[in-house]
Amino acid sequence: MSVRVVLHSPSGSRSFLERGLLLLVMLIFLEGTVLTLGAASSPDISAQDNTGGHDHRGIAGSHDHTNYTYTKKAFPVLSLDYHHIQVPFEISLWVLLASLMKLGFHLIPRLSSIVPESCLLIVVGLLVGGLIKLAGEEVPPVLDSNLFFLCLLPPIILDAGYFLPIRPFMENIGTILMFAVVGTLWNAFFVGGLLYAVCQIEGTYLSQVELLPCLLFGSIISAVDPVAVLAVFEEIHINELLHILVFGESLLNDAVTVVLYHLFEEYSGAGEVTPMDVVLGVICFLIVSLGGIAVGAIYGILAAFTSRFTSHTRVIEPLFMFVYSYMAYLSAEMFHLSGIMALIACGAVMRPYVEANISHKSHTTVKYFLKMWSSVSETLIFIFLGVATVAGPHAWNWTFVSVTVILCLVSRVIGVVGLTFIINKFRIVKLTTKDQFIVAYGGLRGAIAFSLGYLLDKDLFPMRTMFLTAIITEIFFTVFVQGMTIKPLVDLLAVKKKQEAKRSINEEIHTQFLDHLLTGIEDICGHYGHHHWKDKLNRFNKKYIKKCLIAGERYKEPQLIAFYHKMEFKQAIELVESGGGVKLPSAVPSQVSMQNIQPKKLPPPVAERALPQFTKGREEEIRKILRSNLQKTRQRLRSYNRHTLVADPFEDGWNDFLLKKQRLIELEKKMSNYLTVPGAIPDSPTMCRARLASDPNAFYNIKASSDGVPTIQVDLASPQSPDSVNMLNEEGREGADRDEDQGLMMKPAGKGEKGEEEGGNKNPGLMRCLSDPGPSNEDEEDEPFLP
Amino acid sequence: MGASQSAGTEHEFQDLADRTGFSLEQIGNINKRFRQLSNNEETLSREDLASIPALDNNPIRAQIINAFFDKRNLHQNETGTVQEIGFEEFLMVMTHFRPAAMGLTEEERENLRREKLRFLFNMHDTDSDGTINLEEYRRVVEELLSKAGTIGQETAKAIADAAMLEVASTTRGKMEPDEFYEGITFENFLQILNTFDIETRMHVRFLHMDTATLRCGKSK
Repeated sequence: MSVRVVLHSPSGSRSFLERGLLLLVMLIFLEGTVLTLGAASSPDISAQDNTGGHDHRGIAGSHDHTNYTYTKKAFPVLSLDYHHIQVPFEISLWVLLASLMKLGFHLIPRLSSIVPESCLLIVVGLLVGGLIKLAGEEVPPVLDSNLFFLCLLPPIILDAGYFLPIRPFMENIGTILMFAVVGTLWNAFFVGGLLYAVCQIEGTYLSQVELLPCLLFGSIISAVDPVAVLAVFEEIHINELLHILVFGESLLNDAVTVVLYHLFEEYSGAGEVTPMDVVLGVICFLIVSLGGIAVGAIYGILAAFTSRFTSHTRVIEPLFMFVYSYMAYLSAEMFHLSGIMALIACGAVMRPYVEANISHKSHTTVKYFLKMWSSVSETLIFIFLGVATVAGPHAWNWTFVSVTVILCLVSRVIGVVGLTFIINKFRIVKLTTKDQFIVAYGGLRGAIAFSLGYLLDKDLFPMRTMFLTAIITEIFFTVFVQGMTIKPLVDLLAVKKKQEAKRSINEEIHTQFLDHLLTGIEDICGHYGHHHWKDKLNRFNKKYIKKCLIAGERYKEPQLIAFYHKMEFKQAIELVESGGGVKLPSAVPSQVSMQNIQPKKLPPPVAERALPQFTKGREEEIRKILRSNLQKTRQRLRSYNRHTLVADPFEDGWNDFLLKKQRLIELEKKMSNYLTVPGAIPDSPTMCRARLASDPNAFYNIKASSDGVPTIQVDLASPQSPDSVNMLNEEGREGADRDEDQGLMMKPAGKGEKGEEEGGNKNPGLMRCLSDPGPSNEDEEDEPFLP
Repeated sequence: MGASQSAGTEHEFQDLADRTGFSLEQIGNINKRFRQLSNNEETLSREDLASIPALDNNPIRAQIINAFFDKRNLHQNETGTVQEIGFEEFLMVMTHFRPAAMGLTEEERENLRREKLRFLFNMHDTDSDGTINLEEYRRVVEELLSKAGTIGQETAKAIADAAMLEVASTTRGKMEPDEFYEGITFENFLQILNTFDIETRMHVRFLHMDTATLRCGKSK
C-alpha cells in the first residue's frame, strides 16, 4: 500500500538542495497547520465573524443579518473569511500534511529501511500534537471514533479485500479461522482474567476495577489490527503463506471483537454475565460474521451486475464499485454486523466479475484510487494516533500498563503455539517453529483498539483514561518495538521471503491440469473431497453466475485463455514502454522463436513472400467491407465530450507504438511464424486488451503452399463499441483449414508493417493505417491486405 | 463386501502396505472401492473407469483413465499399455497421490517430487518416447480447454506454442534459427516446474472413510 517514491540522485548536490527545499516547505506547512488547527479549535474563533463583512454591525455581537443599516462603508476589496471554509480547509490541510510527510520519508534514503513508516508517522503525529500544545491551543480530538470507523478505516479494508489473493486465503481458511476466532477469544480471556487477578492484589490501588471491565479491556486489546499488520508486513516481504495467515487473522477477528465488545459493554452495567448471555453471545457471533459476509456478498453481486451494463458509460464505472462497497460497509455497521467482513466479502465477490466487465482504464483507475485512498488513510491514522497520544487525558499506572504489555505478549505466544499444535494435525504443509514465531511476533495492535477504547462511555467506565493509556502504550510497544525489529529478525531467521517469480504459462497450464487430475482421482476413489467441491463450485459459477454477471460473451472464456491474454497484453505494454528498440519482449519472453520449435515440414520459403491464393470473390468482399467501414469512419466526429472517453483504449502510446514497431520490423531480419488468437468474440474486453502485437519476434512467414485462406485479424473494437464486429475475421475464417498454423497479419496499405495486430477501435485504426503513408518501401503496398 | 476379506487378503494387504506406504485401513478402503468399480471382479478395465458418472465433466478424463493403464506408472520399467489392471496396479497408481509425510529429508523430498512429476510427464508423453513434443503438448492444452467450446480449440494451439517457446527459452537459452527443439525432456520438465510445489499440491486425502458405503460416485 505504500507507494514507493524512488529517488534517483543524478547529481548529489542538486538533489540535496531539492530535498532541503522540500523539507523546508514541509516544516513551514507544519507550523501553519499547527497554528491553524490549534487556533481553529479554540473557542474564540467560532464567534469571530467575517471581519470585512457585507453588513455593518452597529451593535457588537449582533449577528442580525436582516437589519441592514445603510451607512455606507468603503466596499471591501479583500476580506478574510476563514470560518466559511474552515472544516474542509482543515481536512485538506491534514491530508496534505500526511502526504507530505510520506513524501519526506522517502527522501531520506536510509530512514525508511530502518524504521517502518508507521513509526515515523506516529512520531510526526506526536510532534504536531506537541507543537499544538506548545502553541497554547487545545489539541483537536482528531481520532474521533466516528471519523475513524466511517471514513478512515473503509478504504484500507476495501483495498485489502479487493486485492486479497483468494486462492491462498481459501486454502488456509481453516487455519486463519482458528487463529482469528479461537486465538482472539483466548487472548481476550487470558489478558482480561489475569489483569483482573492482578488488580485484586493489594498494593496496586486498582481494586475498583471489576471483572467485566477487565474482560472488556482484554477483548479490546487482544485483536490484531489489520492496519498495523498491513503497514509493517508490506515492507518485510515475507512469503505468501505467513502474510496471508497474519493478515487474514487480522481481518477475520473483527467479528469476534465486535461481539465481545458489545457483550461486555452491555453487561458491565449489570455487573454479571449469565450462561444465557454466553449462549446469546455465541449466536450473536454467528450472526455478526455470517451476516456481515452475506451483506457484503449481496452488494458485491449488485456491483457486478451493475457493471455489466456500463459499457456505454465507462467514465463512472469505478464509482459504482466504490459506492457499492462503502454502502455494504455502512449497511453492515447499521445492523452492528461486522463491517470489515462485509467489505472483504464485497470486494472479493465482485472482483472476478467486475474485472471481466470494466474497461482497462477503469480497472487502472480503481486500482490506483484504492491504493491512494488506503495509503492516505493509513498515514492519517498513524499521525492521528500520535496527536491523540499528546491530546488525550492520561492516567498512567505503572502496574496496569506494564502488566498489560507483558500479558499481551505472553498470551499471544502461548495462543499461537497451542493453536499451531492442534492445527498441524490437519494441515498438509505444517507450520514450522519459525512460522509460528513470525505469526506470534506479527500480532500488532493498532488504531482500532484505540478507537474502541475511545468509544467507551465515561460514566460507565471511570477507569477509561487508564484503559486508554494502557492501549496506547501497547500500540506503541507493538508498532515501535515489534515493528522495527521484525525485519531484522526475519532476515536473521532466514524466513522464506516472497517469491517474485512471474507466473509462467506452463505453471498456469499445470495448475489447471493438476486441479482436474486431482478431481478425477477423487472421483475415481469415490471420495468427495476438497477438489470435488471446488470443481463443482467452479462449474456452478460458470454455468449460472457468470452468465448473469458478465457482459456479453465474455463469460465463456476459460481461465487459461484469460491468463494467456493477460500475459500477451502485459508484454505488449512492456514493449510500448520499453521503446521496443533494443530488447524484444514477446508474449513469451524468449530468444527462441517459433521456427525453433516447429518441425520443419517444408523447405524454407524463397526470399519474397508468396501470396496465398485469394479467390476473386473473396477479395472483392474484403474490399467492399473495408470501404464501407472507412466510410463510416469518416463520418465520425471526434469532439470533446465530458461523458465519454476517447474511443480507443490505447491511444496514449499508440502512435509511438506503431512507429516503434515499424522500426523494430526493419531491424528484425528473421521471420518466423506468427501466431495469434483469432477472436471469435466481438465484444470481449480482455481479448481486446490483448490484441496488441505481443510477439515482435513472430512475424508471419508465409509458407510456400497456401494453407487455405488465412484469417485476417483486425483488432477488435474498444470495449465501448461492442457492435463493431470482427467481420473480416469471420469472412476469412470460412473454409480455412484450421489445423495448420494460421499466421495472421494485417498489413495496411500505407504502412508496410507485417505481423501486427492492432489495438484500438477497428475503424479509426484502419483509417489511420490506411491513410497514413508510412515509411515503408515494400512493394506489397498496392494490396489492401497481405494475408 | 466384508465377505471378500479373508486372512489371505489381510496378509496381502500388509505386504502392500509395506511396499506402498499406505495404512492398512486406507488399503482396505481402496480395495472396497476397487471391488465396487470392477463389479467384484479381479481386474478393472477401461470401461469400468469410464462409467463413473462424475468423471463426465472432467476435460482430461481420457488422459486420467489412460494413466491407470500405462505401464510406466506401474513401477515397471516397461512402456506400453495394459488392458486390465488388478488391485495391486490400481494401488500403485494411487501411491502417486499420497501426501508428503512430515519430516522428510531433502533427498526424500526430491525423490517424491520426481515421482509425482514423472507421473504428470507420463500423462503428457503419450507416445512414450521420453519427450513431450509440440503435438503432444498441443493436445494437452486442447484437452484442457475441450469443454470451452470453439474458442478453446483455436486458442489452445497458441497457448501450447507459447508455452513451448517458454520451455525452450528457459532450458536452451538462445537458439539459432536452424536449430530445432525436439521436445520437453523430463529434466526440462523438472526445471520449468521448479517453483511448483508439487509435493504438497498433488495429493488426495485418503481419509479413513468407508467409501463403499457412501453414496458417491457409483460406477453404475
